[in-house]
Amino acid sequence: MFPKPIEKSGPKAKAAYQAFLPFALILWLLPLLAIFLTSIRSAADINSGNVFGWPSEFAIYDNYAAVFTQSAAAQYMWNSVLITVPTVAISVTLACLAGYALAIYKFRVALPLFFLFVAGNFIPFQILMVPVRDMSVQTGLYDTIAGQFLFHAAFQTGFCTLFMRNFIKALPFDLIESARIEGVAEWKIFWYVVLPLVRPAIAALAVLIFTFVWNDFFWANVLTQGESAKPSTAGVRALNGQFVNNWHLVSAASLLAAIPPVVCFFLMQRHFIAGLTLGAVK
Amino acid sequence: MSHAVVPDTHAPPRPNWLRRNKLAVAPWLFLIPALIFFAIYVVIPIFESLWLSLYEWNGLYDVNGNSTAVWVGLENYTKLWDDPNFWTSLRNNLAWLILYMLAVPIGLFIALFLNQTVTGMRFYKSMFFFPFVISQVVVGLIFGWFYNPDFGVVGTVWKALFCEETTNILGNVTFKCSRPAPDILSSLEWASYGIFAAGRWPQIAFCMILYLTGLNNVAADQIEAARLDGAKGWKMLWYVVVPQLKPATFIAVVVTVIGALRSFDMIAIMTQGGPFGSTNVLSHYMYEVAISEYGERYGYGSSVATVLFGIMLFFISYFLWRMYQDEKGTR
Repeated sequence: MFPKPIEKSGPKAKAAYQAFLPFALILWLLPLLAIFLTSIRSAADINSGNVFGWPSEFAIYDNYAAVFTQSAAAQYMWNSVLITVPTVAISVTLACLAGYALAIYKFRVALPLFFLFVAGNFIPFQILMVPVRDMSVQTGLYDTIAGQFLFHAAFQTGFCTLFMRNFIKALPFDLIESARIEGVAEWKIFWYVVLPLVRPAIAALAVLIFTFVWNDFFWANVLTQGESAKPSTAGVRALNGQFVNNWHLVSAASLLAAIPPVVCFFLMQRHFIAGLTLGAVK
Repeated sequence: MSHAVVPDTHAPPRPNWLRRNKLAVAPWLFLIPALIFFAIYVVIPIFESLWLSLYEWNGLYDVNGNSTAVWVGLENYTKLWDDPNFWTSLRNNLAWLILYMLAVPIGLFIALFLNQTVTGMRFYKSMFFFPFVISQVVVGLIFGWFYNPDFGVVGTVWKALFCEETTNILGNVTFKCSRPAPDILSSLEWASYGIFAAGRWPQIAFCMILYLTGLNNVAADQIEAARLDGAKGWKMLWYVVVPQLKPATFIAVVVTVIGALRSFDMIAIMTQGGPFGSTNVLSHYMYEVAISEYGERYGYGSSVATVLFGIMLFFISYFLWRMYQDEKGTR
């Protein structure tokens, strides 16, 4: 193990390390802590410049309720859910199928097709912006929930396929070989042999894609206009314009928009980190 | 072989075409849905954008439903060449790229600091990873407020250091400052650095988690062997540990490059490219040009996007080449 475990440097070093950790953490999360403290203060505190001191009154309920009553925050949050959930379902499904095809079958274009998905996942979105926006306007998908989740699902399919293909490739090929010798149909091999084995990959992808798409801001701007289809990220921006210098409300709204991915991360932490690092550090 | 040849009872005399070519057809059936989707929304639009960059178009159609785009050839690119905003954005993109890269070594050092097994370590590790999970919009807002000279942390700390609080006879509190508090995001000089600092925060968290996983997989026997040989500290890190972290470093660099070139959210939230376009980057400038209040310029926007795509293509080719080398190795 590197660096050397701190226990070996004696109890004093260990105690010092443990005492230092909380300070390091507070320093690292300082902006976040500060904004949390702001979100529970009253307007009077903000204006008098009381940022780190004890709040003169706790306005936690007032502030968070105000965000919901004075703006379309609830609508934005719900829109985000309506966009993210279908995206996760579609892209993970497509990626399971495509990843299986690219990992198991040996055909000439398997590698070029795989690289197509990988490359598509790396490109800057800006190169897609004008055509996708134009196509959405033409097909009536502009400013709708469906217009957003269809695009996200297609784009995230690149990353998901990269991930799934590598995961399935790492499975023992004998399993598939022996099923074939038994005469099992190809789709049954997929359904009964491979799918149960890739469950951890599906879980990891689901949390990752949920977080990526929930946090999207660019496409929310490109593909929506009004309140009816805007997700929470674009909503927070709109609130920022509405609550100018009402920092206690802006910070409460920002924190609300951040809650779902954060909860998702803490509940599924193992899968999340496995997902981020799997393709990377085998 | 002493065995008698057993007639193959499995194969029917003339299986139909589909059955004979099962292994050639099956992959395509599995691939088609993903390919169609990906082609419509990703592959075809790339070429459409490249093509559109040779037109001038405001995004409108005439009554017959035909596009009003006018062919202008390379004119968009010659305009780009003379556009000072384009060059500022390009320069900022390169600055982002270089400064963003610092996230990789910083992430490594935080990972080294946290790679211990004292009680509660899991909690600390996940809290350090926290910033990566939050959307960039929220991070942008947090830092925008953090830098605010009147209400934010920077302003508060500044007042504590350089200002004197005076209460006038009406009871109003005013501050007398020996130097005015810096308005980081409105300053030509500092605004870009303000955004970099905000953007690097989640990026460091990401690199850290990659390295923490990588450090877990470092071969313990090599470390012990090197220790017996008297290696420690920096030498151990550089010659024994870092080479073993190569896969993690590769992904950290890939994701950091992509993040730097894609950076849009922070700029849109914190400065919208200002003051005077000094913090613009290509990804934001493209958006600004293509969809702005002054009318849409799809053609010109596409030419900016094409330049960005060209830069990215350089990196993508390198990544793919590296992946291809790995693939060849495993076969």
